[in-house]
Amino acid sequence: MKLQTIGLTKVYETATAPLTVLDGIDVHVDAGELVTLVGASGCGKSTLLAIVAGLTPLSDGEVLLDGRPITGPGPDRGLVFQSYTLFPWKTVRENVAFGLDLKKLPKAQVRTTVDRFLEVMGLTAFADALPRQLSGGMKQRTAIARAIANEPEVLLLDEPFGALDAQTRGQMQELLLDTWRATGTTILLVTHDVEEAVFLAQRIYVLSSHPGRVMEEVTVPFGADRTRAVLREPAFHGLTDDLRDLLRRHAAVPA
Amino acid sequence: MRNGLMVTSALAPLLAWLLLSGTGAVSALFLPSPAAVVRAFSKLVSSGAMGHDLAASLRRVGIGFTLVVVISVPLGLAIGTFPACRALFEPLIGLLRYMPATAFIPLLIIWLGLGEPSKIALLVIGTVFFNTLMSADAAALVPTELIDASYTLGASKWVVMRKVILPYAIPGLIDAMRVNIAATWNLVVVAELVAGTEGLGYRITRAQRFLQTDQIFAVLIVIGVIGVTIDLAFRWVRNALAPWARP
Repeated sequence: MKLQTIGLTKVYETATAPLTVLDGIDVHVDAGELVTLVGASGCGKSTLLAIVAGLTPLSDGEVLLDGRPITGPGPDRGLVFQSYTLFPWKTVRENVAFGLDLKKLPKAQVRTTVDRFLEVMGLTAFADALPRQLSGGMKQRTAIARAIANEPEVLLLDEPFGALDAQTRGQMQELLLDTWRATGTTILLVTHDVEEAVFLAQRIYVLSSHPGRVMEEVTVPFGADRTRAVLREPAFHGLTDDLRDLLRRHAAVPA
Repeated sequence: MRNGLMVTSALAPLLAWLLLSGTGAVSALFLPSPAAVVRAFSKLVSSGAMGHDLAASLRRVGIGFTLVVVISVPLGLAIGTFPACRALFEPLIGLLRYMPATAFIPLLIIWLGLGEPSKIALLVIGTVFFNTLMSADAAALVPTELIDASYTLGASKWVVMRKVILPYAIPGLIDAMRVNIAATWNLVVVAELVAGTEGLGYRITRAQRFLQTDQIFAVLIVIGVIGVTIDLAFRWVRNALAPWARP
């Protein structure tokens, strides 16, 4: 197991009563696996990812990376946000090189690595552009390239395609699958989009809302070499319908 | 259209001035004609007085504002970045900011005398609090997610401060300086009006003593032109240092 959470619980102190956002979350991601967490808004999925990244403290439980508890943020857990979070004064190339430069790697090596990921993400032609000159999809590709180029043990993605139009989102999902296959990076992705969760994942955790709990763990019956063609398969629709029902049924219960 | 308005806004007062002074509606003692002001200006320049006074004022602003930047930028960055620093400094600075710097003049003269130190101190007191709080705002504008993303890329707190918060804040820091150096530039004239043997403010007091209103006008125009020049210089620096933030 690459990444594991054990009884992860997050309680926020509010003026009236403590608010439990995440309640005893047990999830894991194996090395090289692509796992998605799907849940309605308010299920605390972004909080969960922030805790795994080490950016938000947990109230109870543990997060283990390679069996060792995490103590704070670090380059072993790369994180991509929904908002593009690029350095606006750096070019695409400089953005992607940020983590590698911090590691004090030789310049030539940084350049080779950056070039490779620019190529993988289709950004070579925009290497010297500033973020403000890029479309939303391009910005997010840069953010993903920056995270992957840093070679994290686990790549955490928080609704990475949520701000993109449907067309671009579809392309980005395929690009993410290609990149995952090419690099073998371990990925944990959070989304509210059931189709996205099924299309990308090998395994899915379904979270309930208020508080967030793991309702179900589903193994996706499509191989890693899947293409967009699976979107037309009855099995795909069966699975997405089931998950949607599960989320809807749960959402009907008052908090 | 826009250019037309700009030209009008510059020409209308000039026209009014010409009319008022040219028709003799107002005595030349109170309102010298533009031609008289130009004559006074060239006399001040050729006698060397203008150059000397301008240099004195600019030197004071240079020293005073450098001190302001050296104090306020690091302090502002710390306040904008660390909640503990904000809690420690913001209430005090927020209070000091509302005390008019000019009201400190008697106290400064008692403490520091009539020489340079009290003048520089006035400039610093009048500007440093505003510039600190505005620098803090510039630092606080850095999106939390950008800072978080930096941590997950392996940045330490120090690296985040130096390589993320500082570059992100630079346009805001320079804008704060641009706004506040205008106050420094005004205050130097005040300081020289009160006590001084050189400087543009001193030149005005001296001209008042001899009822040389034409000289007062000439100096006032120079003060305005230098102010605008400083403003443009800061705009240029901002765009040169942070082309990515150009509007």
